Amino acid sequence: MKKHLSAILASALALVLLMSACGPAASDPTKSPDNPDPKPSQQQDTPPADQPVTITYSNYNASGGNEETLQKMYEAFHEEYPNITVEIETIAYNDYFTQLQTRVSGGTAPDCYELNIENFAAYANKGALAEITGVDFSGLDETSLNAFNVDGKQYGLPGKFSNVVLFYNKDLFDQAKIDYPTADWTQDDLQKAAEAIRALGDDIYGYYQPLTYNEFYKVVAQFGGSLLNADKTEFTINAPENVAAAQMMADRILVSNVQPNEVQMGGIGDWDLFMSGRLGMMPTGIWAFNTFAEGCKFDWDITVEPGKEQKATHFFSDACVINNASDKKEAAATWITWLTSSDKAAAIRIEAGWDLPAIKDQSTLSAYLDITPPANRQAVFDSLNYLVVPPVIEDYSLMSDIIGQKLSAAAAGTLTVQEALDQAQSECQAQISLK
Amino acid sequence: MPQKANRRGGPKKDGLLTAAPFLLPSLLGLLVFSLLPLLVSALISFTDWNGLDQLLAPGFLQEHFIGLENYKNILSGAELWKVLGNTGAYIIMYIPLMLAASLLEAYLLSSTRRGVSAFRVVYYLPVLTSWVAASLIWTSVLSPQYGAMNNLLALFGIQGPGWLLDEKWAMAAIVLVSVWKDAGFFGLILLSGMVGINKSYYEAASLDGAGTWKKFWRITVPLMSPAIFYVLIVALINAFQLFPQVMIMTDGGPNSATQVMVERIYRYGFRYFRMGYAAAFSWILFVIIMACTAIQMKAQKRWVNYDA
Repeated sequence: MKKHLSAILASALALVLLMSACGPAASDPTKSPDNPDPKPSQQQDTPPADQPVTITYSNYNASGGNEETLQKMYEAFHEEYPNITVEIETIAYNDYFTQLQTRVSGGTAPDCYELNIENFAAYANKGALAEITGVDFSGLDETSLNAFNVDGKQYGLPGKFSNVVLFYNKDLFDQAKIDYPTADWTQDDLQKAAEAIRALGDDIYGYYQPLTYNEFYKVVAQFGGSLLNADKTEFTINAPENVAAAQMMADRILVSNVQPNEVQMGGIGDWDLFMSGRLGMMPTGIWAFNTFAEGCKFDWDITVEPGKEQKATHFFSDACVINNASDKKEAAATWITWLTSSDKAAAIRIEAGWDLPAIKDQSTLSAYLDITPPANRQAVFDSLNYLVVPPVIEDYSLMSDIIGQKLSAAAAGTLTVQEALDQAQSECQAQISLK
Repeated sequence: MPQKANRRGGPKKDGLLTAAPFLLPSLLGLLVFSLLPLLVSALISFTDWNGLDQLLAPGFLQEHFIGLENYKNILSGAELWKVLGNTGAYIIMYIPLMLAASLLEAYLLSSTRRGVSAFRVVYYLPVLTSWVAASLIWTSVLSPQYGAMNNLLALFGIQGPGWLLDEKWAMAAIVLVSVWKDAGFFGLILLSGMVGINKSYYEAASLDGAGTWKKFWRITVPLMSPAIFYVLIVALINAFQLFPQVMIMTDGGPNSATQVMVERIYRYGFRYFRMGYAAAFSWILFVIIMACTAIQMKAQKRWVNYDA
């Protein structure tokens, strides 16, 4: 019996040892949950500026083609700031967020890292991010900066941005003998043109804008609606403007059929449909330029997206953020500010064709305009006047999934638009508590 | 019988000390990577942990402990019942179809007809294929207008449904793919039960004038009932844990028609930052699986025959 007991004791001891080895973070006072609100107190715990520091930076945007571009940027940075060494970790998008979540909760997160807009609000609201202070980010575009500002505190700097413009197939417009779209088009002009192109053939379609959450919140803004009330305390998903917006999008599939339904799409992607020459117009991201330049055997160009009550167009950005538990916040802030807003980094980025830097200075961006197609590249910058950002709430993913599921049912015709939005409204109310 | 008594009592007490060093490596692995996470997840299910805060920070439990709140919310919400309904629909279609398909495969494998050797090479391929690859291929096969399946049906004059795009058919499509994927594995297990049957039973039945069908129902099925029982238990547990095919083929859609337990758990834990809620969800899943297995174990006395 005694031996039995000692064996049990031994294994219990081993277990305790292992558990304690897993938890060195418990003794770290900076990570106390009692202090979730990040204070700009990093000055005390950072070493003086003249001492060499090493920080880690995780990102996913460079994976799959731009690892060397990022390395080039870092080398330029290190020349300017020889005391700051940055260890860059580039992780593929599919693994990035699961890994990051585990590292943040385990207290081993990198000093600074990249976050997409879907995850940004959750991280900021849960106290994982530090407010970025003591650096000059006035060179950055304000719309992009605002996307990462929570309650007046800047928790992220826009690393790059891209937006959405209206792409159109010139050849199909010529065949239908109608004018090309212009920047002052409305949704009604677009509908007429789409119908004319749809009449060209059974498998030729006028327009493609899927009834997804992402397209929906943008069209809602064009109709003057919104998914939340002004102070973000209540959902307004089934407001009349929103219903009208979704109705227009659904009718294009189900009534006028200027837009293919999922069966008519036959499982091919929207870009493939456009490149096959069977689609008149589609709003999509400027990251399609290179693919379309290579893949389209016809003339195409771009313009600013049409609006309704007002214009609204997408804006996509990723934030560079600082880990609230890092003890090298100052060096981290220096690095991400340089990375996002310095002329050198911007020039390297544009040269590599790696999205657009979110900077104000148009002269740095001019090199970007010289590349064709599309001929009307200026539309990329004109669109910036109409950017809308998605409503940043803590349960962003849950909200967008609920709305997305209901919209897909409306697009398939199994729910009416009103039913779909009513259900989305009540499910969001039931499952999400807004502050 | 002294031998049997000894076996029931386990190894002699002083044997334990000798065995301990040999057992320790795998035992430690079991403790650290299975038992400990199990306990921790039970603990997490009583908290509102968001998956980002540090679990080991001092005062974590005091601040985040919410008692049975997660369980109350899940059990009183409509979502669990909807998801259970979807899972139930899957099980009702999947289990009989899978059993029929794997019995057929086992029967074909055990026979000596021409072409069987080719079948022996092919039947296990779906099992070896990764779920990701299989799901992607099947998504294209089931594409309503251009997919192979509906074009095949059209040859017989049948207008195929929208499959994954149609709320009413999406789960059936998932079942179809799952049966295709799993039948080989379960067929192999059933085969082992089938070949273990003594040939003399069949000879005796033939003398009595029993046909192939009768022999199958009266001899083959009862005598391989332990294998069938095992397959049913494993298949039911797998069915409750349905996940990769849903994630890749429908992402829970259309209109949440294919949202199932594990898909919800994954989303709550890793997309919606509600790890405590997800942990509670997984414990509810555990209880359901446990109960179903217990019922099966009880019910086996009525039909499983161990006398072969």
